[in-house]
Amino acid sequence: METTNILLAGVGGQGVLLASQIFTSVAIEADLDVKQSEVHGMSQRGGSVTSHVRFGDKVYSPTIDPGEADFLIGFERLETLRNVHCLRPGGTIIYNSMRINPSTVAAGVAEYPDEIAAKIAAFGEKTFQVDGLGLGQEAGNPRSANVVMVGAVSSFLPLPESLWEEKIRELLPPKLVDLNLKAFHLGREAV
Amino acid sequence: MSEKKAILSGNEAIARGVWEAGVRLASAYPGTPSTEILENVKNYKDIYSEWAPNEKVALEVGIGSSIAGARTLVTMKHVGINVAADPLFTFSYTGVNGGLILVSADDPAMHSSQNEQDNRNYGRFAKVPVIEPSDSQECKDFVATALELSEEFDTPVIYRTTTRTSHSKSIVTLGERTEQPGKVELIKDMPKYTMLPVSAKKRHPLVEERIVKLKEYAETTPLNRVEMHDTKIGVITNGISYQYVREALPEASILKLGLTYPLPENKIKEFAGKVDKLMIVEEGDPFFEDQIKVMGVKVDHGKDLFPLLGELSAAFIKAQVSGVATELKDAAVDLPGRPPAFCPGCSHRGIFTILKKLKVFVSGDIGCYTLGALPPMSAMHACVCMGASISMGHGMAKVVENSDDMSQKVVSVIGDSTFFHSGMTSLLNCIYNKSNSVAMILDNRTTGMTGGQENPGSGRTLSGEEAITADIPALVKAFGIKNVVKIDPYNLVDIEEKMKVALASDEMTVVVVEAPCVLRYRISHPPLKVDAEKCTACKRCLTVSCNALSLEEKGDDSFVVIDPNMCAGCGVCAQVCKFDAIGE
Repeated sequence: METTNILLAGVGGQGVLLASQIFTSVAIEADLDVKQSEVHGMSQRGGSVTSHVRFGDKVYSPTIDPGEADFLIGFERLETLRNVHCLRPGGTIIYNSMRINPSTVAAGVAEYPDEIAAKIAAFGEKTFQVDGLGLGQEAGNPRSANVVMVGAVSSFLPLPESLWEEKIRELLPPKLVDLNLKAFHLGREAV
Repeated sequence: MSEKKAILSGNEAIARGVWEAGVRLASAYPGTPSTEILENVKNYKDIYSEWAPNEKVALEVGIGSSIAGARTLVTMKHVGINVAADPLFTFSYTGVNGGLILVSADDPAMHSSQNEQDNRNYGRFAKVPVIEPSDSQECKDFVATALELSEEFDTPVIYRTTTRTSHSKSIVTLGERTEQPGKVELIKDMPKYTMLPVSAKKRHPLVEERIVKLKEYAETTPLNRVEMHDTKIGVITNGISYQYVREALPEASILKLGLTYPLPENKIKEFAGKVDKLMIVEEGDPFFEDQIKVMGVKVDHGKDLFPLLGELSAAFIKAQVSGVATELKDAAVDLPGRPPAFCPGCSHRGIFTILKKLKVFVSGDIGCYTLGALPPMSAMHACVCMGASISMGHGMAKVVENSDDMSQKVVSVIGDSTFFHSGMTSLLNCIYNKSNSVAMILDNRTTGMTGGQENPGSGRTLSGEEAITADIPALVKAFGIKNVVKIDPYNLVDIEEKMKVALASDEMTVVVVEAPCVLRYRISHPPLKVDAEKCTACKRCLTVSCNALSLEEKGDDSFVVIDPNMCAGCGVCAQVCKFDAIGE
């Protein structure tokens, strides 16, 4: 299998890292080589977060270079726009349309850009907007929006549905498994 | 038998590696990107592990453990080695008993650091070997080799990672624990371990001989590996750069150095002789390049193509070698940044709101409160290294003319963990030398910025056992400081009044703020609400820089709203509101 590059982008606290973990676990189970990279530290305080997930027969670099991402998974619309140039020609953007104000916007010293959806659509040939927050709510908790996004992306990957379900069961606390499985399926059917 | 595999970060893999290699003791001070090594080591019950108050102490604890014969791990971020340099340079002379590896987690591109020093230089400076893994499997496997090398050559080993090797995850084949070969017992050997001039003079030549022997070892060790492919381009590389090179130049021949100091001169010359063009791809300083040029080897490309600032990447290497840059779509421009900010409810918010209002010069330190330097707070004016706030503030106050001009008065701000790290000696200096500066110790009972680790004030050890909670006001008083003032960081009037008194005093004042970290200890009060009728949208509350607040504009009407899911009910915004519009 050629290397698949998935770039996840969001805000600290949105569960970007758990989503990455689901991707990497599924890929390992499918006997693929996997690398994942993120930067911890300052991002924990509500800053921008990106996580790079790469899998295929053999993966060297743990990071995805600009213009190389097959998928850009946006967990928030401004963070999606911030990373659109990372997409390869013909790549796919799947993003959660929710808005989280950066501190500069909240403080009134910067403006949250308008018409983000149009700007994002201008970049990607295939763009899918997902109401992550709404579907998460439908699943039982808006915090499961990250797993909604995993579900949405999963429908584009040649990996069996049962494998995703198995890994969600393994990685989430037992109390949250059913809710997140529901979130996963809502996401999978949303695109 | 199927092999056990896991996907591990470099840091998790190092922890696994030291467990497998029979390490008995691990000590560290937290620091990105090294912190998770000890956080994982603590889960292996065969290893005694602890947080030290600073990196110098961590290494000294490690030296003791090594002298007693135990295999030992010490970890820190790159700038931590500066703090631990004193013991390191002389430990190089005494050598080890049980093997010791000192992890230096470097941070090229400064994702979470104040500089991007290249700690391979420490290997050469302290005359100790440097080993560098390039993925998680090597992070684990090289540990055992490093410990064997440490024992065989009687030397500490610097184990250098970078942010991308520390924090990237890749698949690792796991092994089991093997107990260390040597016995743990104290053996008195004064000439080896007591570095008086008389003994140190005998140790230094051994250190020089050791480097010569290590150079021979470097020629044959499997840590240094040649991968011959096409001979048009030959690349000498190390660490994460190796992965980038493999991706960018799949046809190139590679000499991958895992032992990056001292260098294998013959192996390098032999490799250089087999390839048409020799390139050196290394992040950071021209560490290989300078040494290889001194060997008389012709280097076709090094820092001319691969600069020393920041990080490299596969795409960048490919573009530099081919001379053809990939055409990229333009990134979206003029987007508002999303800098990290104080958490809703954070006790630092009120402090910096008042410091900003008082217009004083804030001498800062390293921790979450350093975020007070960023807009819109913009209330920290200097920050250099751990523990420096109080000593720098003292230096400023000694030379600036004493006046009532608030902009010429200095307040030093330091957190609890940083105070324990190296602020205590700075404060002792202040009282000893009759400082009239003001120091604030923001005690939130945790090491916040690195993710909430325990420290001597938090009441727990790394392994979760109950421990002392160091009494900061009592300690400060014991130094001889009379003016020790406690303030409530959630009461802006209290902060302002007490700070004004402190700033008017001719004597040193230490302000202690005791308020546990709301994130670490999950502290929250009922969320506040804005009365839209009373709100005039003056945006005054927005200056406290809280992500729970935002301005809502509905037609002509605009007012501030508070996100109830984020608000921790701390009340700082309510206190700055002039229209009494924020309440429960």
